[in-house]
Amino acid sequence: MEHFFMLLQDYTFQTVALGSALLGIISGVLGSFAVLKKQSLLGDGVSHAALPGVVMAFLLTGSKNTEVLLLGALLTGLAATFLILSIVRNTRLKFDSALALVMSVFFGLGMVLLTYSQKVPNANQAGLKRFIYGQASTLLERDVLLMAGCGVVLLGLVIVFWKEFKLFSFDPEFAETIGFQTKWLNALLSTLIVIAIIIGLQTVGVVLMSAMLITPAVAARQWSNRLWVMVLLASIFGAVSGVAGTFFSSVYTNLPTGPVIVVCITIIAVISLLFAPERGIMLQIHRRHKNQVRFGVERRKI
Amino acid sequence: MRGGFDMKESVYAVEVHDLTVAYDVKPVLWDIDLEIPSGKLAAVVGPNGAGKTTLIKAMLGLLKPVSGAVRFGNIPDEKHRKNRIAYVPQSGSVDWDFPATALDVVMMGRYGHLGWFRRPGKIERQMAYDTLEKVGMRDFASRQISQLSGGQQQRVFLARALIQQADIYFMDEPFKGVDAQTEKSIVRLLKELKRQGKTVIVVHHDLQTVADYFDWVTLINLRVVANGPVEAVFHEKNLSMAYGGRGLLLKGVV
Repeated sequence: MEHFFMLLQDYTFQTVALGSALLGIISGVLGSFAVLKKQSLLGDGVSHAALPGVVMAFLLTGSKNTEVLLLGALLTGLAATFLILSIVRNTRLKFDSALALVMSVFFGLGMVLLTYSQKVPNANQAGLKRFIYGQASTLLERDVLLMAGCGVVLLGLVIVFWKEFKLFSFDPEFAETIGFQTKWLNALLSTLIVIAIIIGLQTVGVVLMSAMLITPAVAARQWSNRLWVMVLLASIFGAVSGVAGTFFSSVYTNLPTGPVIVVCITIIAVISLLFAPERGIMLQIHRRHKNQVRFGVERRKI
Repeated sequence: MRGGFDMKESVYAVEVHDLTVAYDVKPVLWDIDLEIPSGKLAAVVGPNGAGKTTLIKAMLGLLKPVSGAVRFGNIPDEKHRKNRIAYVPQSGSVDWDFPATALDVVMMGRYGHLGWFRRPGKIERQMAYDTLEKVGMRDFASRQISQLSGGQQQRVFLARALIQQADIYFMDEPFKGVDAQTEKSIVRLLKELKRQGKTVIVVHHDLQTVADYFDWVTLINLRVVANGPVEAVFHEKNLSMAYGGRGLLLKGVV
């Protein structure tokens, strides 16, 4: 017990827990819109596409600063997003094929560059590999401040454009007919989602980041039929798993924080999918069973 | 489109000139010219793949035509257009599992009037309740939209258009997959809109009811086959031209 309180007062723990909680909130909110727009997979594409950006940023500037590396990630992430969306718009390829194509090409390029960069002096200390699986323990106070700053801007924009995002996610064509330029709305919302993904890379890495984006939203959708409740719940689920993941990985040494966070949010999602009222699988099975019994009884009466 | 536009009252709600729309290289609409007078209940009729939905989407500006222009008679420019034109898409075009209630969806019809950033408030809420009442859905206001039947979803979409208080209504197959009761209440609404002097343009596929529900008909199949008052142009000869002459299409009507 004493150990527990000592942990809570530990500065590193506080920093990492705060960073993970912020990440959970941000990705919960923007992930909700990604899920509702049926672009869940975009998160996977963007995060994989961020890898070459990280490495290129290092190769070009020689900097190890998180901001610089993430800026590179942002650029290739955005490039991949618009590439995917324009392939869908201008060719016969469907979204899933365009995504798979762009994602694997970018990730492959990232791996090639990463191998190449290992030959550059200073590269091992740059810790580029932390972006593949994430390494929350490397979060510094300034990284958390960066996340907080981005978070305030992202959430502020979601609040300002709430009505527009809601309308656009539900029925973009209708939005266009009543005078909202959906081209700009789409670009804005996609950019916000991409930024949310990028700021999670250091914590959970390119491979697991899409889970961070999608899972809180999927869990939250089970519990509510109102958009604002869903978004709020998703951010709470994200924050709770961020803190819980940090806690468990600190208690049991050698457990990596990012993956443990993802396991926590997955547990929340599984519980939600099984036991949520109305939409839960258990309730549906129960209902079907009850109906079968009832119909059976009635048939026997006949 | 504003240039050279005659500002005097036009008798036409919609004028389409030389409109050609293509997906990739294949034209879907070819050189469409037509006018629909104000205050009509107009049906757009044609076989599957004739370009009916494409036509109204192009009219609404949702699709960029290869060539041609669309004018709305009494609406001076695009800025005014958004609040005077209402669109009822096919109900299958959205995901009804979206977390929203019937009331939420109807209120979206006011977003155009609110413009950017302004939130819907008490007035919009009350309007939405009143409009749901009009389509017989007042009791379902707080129902999650996925829990509505197909006909009820269609009526929610109609309410979302009605609350826009537009002059011209575009409806894409509003009768598709609805029950008899909903069909009747939609017809009643159409007649009500006509009484108010509105123009309603409806993509329709049931040839048997065209003469009962509408007073104007546009027959298309890639090109315009006929465009005019129902009693003048809705006959077997034009129909077989539109549908490719596969025997009698009307069961003794007209």
